Amino acid sequence: MASASLQERARALTPPALPTLVRAWLPVLVLGGLTLLLHFVVGPAVGPYYSKLLMDIGINVILAVSLNIVNGFTGQFSIGHAGFMAVGGYTAGMVTYYGGLSLWGSSLPQGGFLGPGELLFALSCLLGGLAAAGLGYIVGLPSLRLRGDYLALVTLGFGEIVRVLVQQTDDVLFSAEELAAVPVWTLPTKVGGALGFTGLPFYTSLFWVYLFVSLTLLVAFRLKASSHGRAYLSVREDEIAAEAMGIPTTRIKVRAFVLAAAFAGIAGALFAHEVGTTLNPRELGFQKSFEAVIMVVLGGMGSISGAGLAAVVITLLPEALRSVADYRMVVYALALVVMMLVRPQGLLGLHELWDLPLVRRLLRRGGGAR
Amino acid sequence: MPTSLLRRAAPLLALPLLAMLPLLGGCGDTAPTAPQGGPATEPVAQTGPILIGEYGSLTGSEATFGQSTHNGVTLAIEEINAAGGVKGRQLEVKVYDDQGKTQEAGTAVTRLITDDKVVAVIGEVASSLSMAGGRVAQQYGVPMISPSSTNAQVTRIGDMISRVCFIDGFQGYVVAKFALDDLKADDIAILYDQGQAYSKGLKEDFARELVAMGGRVATEQAYTGGDQDFSAQLTAIRDTSPDAIFVPGYYTDVGNIAIQARKLGITAPLLGGDGWDSAQLATLAGDAIEGSYYSNHYSHEDTRPAVQTFVSTYQARFGAVPDGLAALGYDATKLLADAMGRAPSLSGKDLAAAINSTTDFPGVTGTITIDPERNARKAAVIVQMKGGQPRYVTTIHPKGAEPAAPAEGAAPAEGAPAEGAAPATEGAATP
Repeated sequence: MASASLQERARALTPPALPTLVRAWLPVLVLGGLTLLLHFVVGPAVGPYYSKLLMDIGINVILAVSLNIVNGFTGQFSIGHAGFMAVGGYTAGMVTYYGGLSLWGSSLPQGGFLGPGELLFALSCLLGGLAAAGLGYIVGLPSLRLRGDYLALVTLGFGEIVRVLVQQTDDVLFSAEELAAVPVWTLPTKVGGALGFTGLPFYTSLFWVYLFVSLTLLVAFRLKASSHGRAYLSVREDEIAAEAMGIPTTRIKVRAFVLAAAFAGIAGALFAHEVGTTLNPRELGFQKSFEAVIMVVLGGMGSISGAGLAAVVITLLPEALRSVADYRMVVYALALVVMMLVRPQGLLGLHELWDLPLVRRLLRRGGGAR
Repeated sequence: MPTSLLRRAAPLLALPLLAMLPLLGGCGDTAPTAPQGGPATEPVAQTGPILIGEYGSLTGSEATFGQSTHNGVTLAIEEINAAGGVKGRQLEVKVYDDQGKTQEAGTAVTRLITDDKVVAVIGEVASSLSMAGGRVAQQYGVPMISPSSTNAQVTRIGDMISRVCFIDGFQGYVVAKFALDDLKADDIAILYDQGQAYSKGLKEDFARELVAMGGRVATEQAYTGGDQDFSAQLTAIRDTSPDAIFVPGYYTDVGNIAIQARKLGITAPLLGGDGWDSAQLATLAGDAIEGSYYSNHYSHEDTRPAVQTFVSTYQARFGAVPDGLAALGYDATKLLADAMGRAPSLSGKDLAAAINSTTDFPGVTGTITIDPERNARKAAVIVQMKGGQPRYVTTIHPKGAEPAAPAEGAAPAEGAPAEGAAPATEGAATP
């Protein structure tokens, strides 16, 4: 009789299939729709310059939201995000550039939207993410046993190592004949050195950027709301208590680190193939890492929408301030100092955008479902 | 746990599927393509001022580069407009700061071309920034003239990109030849910036030319731009007691290097390239830089009338002696205006063709001929720092292009033969 009631209770507790399915898929459909809307309607309407700004924003959102998984969720302090970005960017660049040279004999973009070239590019983004994740695992495993400042030092050192190694590389090969003349395993040393990996095809478009932005946001939100994600948060709140509750803290930290590295790698791949960017070691140095940290801190450690919002602000700020650009770093520093004094928890703190009373009221009035 | 994870993750797997949706709708080719289309073929307005874009490092650590260039451009535009403009229209320049960062440079050029609709772009000084901006200009089919990027790779981007300065291969030759012939220094140490494409490229060209002419590289040491302490590298150099030290970096670091070298008791002269060219150099380095030499695009002490007129008008306008970058900015703008006058229309294709067919253009920095690789063929000068000022020492011509009777201090490249004699370094710089 106990079992019967248990079955009944289980049935009563099982959520109805259809609404659950709708709720699970709604964000995917919305984000996917927005991505297509951006690419096919907004992009052509606003022209190449504003499209480029939108792409820059998207790439920075990926960086900030992914770094937030490490710095915000698990409370670790990583300042080597640009290093992972560089690894992803160079890996993807080698795939599309040398892959394009050997497949089509040309490094120019092949095919139109979702043509063969773009599919190779999508593959290269995933490979870039994988390479960064792999390196994240190798770096994270020993260093995440450390805490606080030490991790910051290790990640900072990692970023610098990547930068200096890339600087030592040789010139990019120009033609398929040159490519055929060298053994494949030497290709990682032919990525342009200090001048940068030049000649990469411009595949990055609003579609690809916001596809990966959607992926990043979905993963981050789903993670934060899951029991697995709560383990991440518990590491941030109190490592000793989390350990006592049976949470493998080091493993959790490494997972967060690898996940963040993977997305940084994808961001790097998108960055590498964007019009008007150059993949060079100087660009992906300490400053870029620090920019990502600023975005996370400014938005509120642990707040996904906060990190995204800060990424938007920080991308647009220098464009708006182009005339007084000299004072941009002063503005950054001032904003951070004021932030630390007035709102040490960041713009949104631990909350999401829709947790704010004002937004909540608006949503309710508008008949929002949340 | 794994199953629940999988269920949560299932919607994520849908994203790639979503990406395929347009494919199902038929052929993807009919969809509007991304902003990176072919060359922009929009009609250019036929009345009103002609808008030229410029991007440069007006702020940042190499700020004097951008400012000097901009002064030169401004002066040229004012002179052209005073003389009636081009095709009866006035010229106007729109300048954006790139802070010496490649990403900013790319954004600035995108904005100039797509938002401001400029007909041509002038910039940049640093080669890595010209590479970033140049690829954008090539993409949109708008001609770009780099006033002073000397790395060979820059003009290889494509037919829209040209320059009015010599390339590093030649500069390496010039410094090596000067060191061997004039200084009688054949054992030379090198200290270069491994983070700058310019520095690394120039170092390689110099070392190759030096060895080819019978010299020897005593040691190669590297630093990274922005370093403060060079004592380790300089001590290693001192141990080899070279005849001279080649420092192909930017003036910002060279000042520190010179001071620390003298402190360590190194008396050998320093040699450098056009990256030294800034009034800031003497301010930064003080006495330590006295007696050192560098190669440059022009010297304000050159006695040619074109140079002297330029120097005096520039001084009257900006209250300073123009450096090489100002002269190159001036030349780039004048050459562009000349090409605009010759081009049948101001479309990217016509204008680029006109620029690329420039021959024997009389510039301040020498007579400029754009070669098939869109580089400028011309002579270089060697200057020496004396009393805080770069003083003219000698002019060195491209290999095989020496004038019959080398006249001291006069008319570099004026008599350079225009027949097919390739610049000395062309073969060496081509991979």
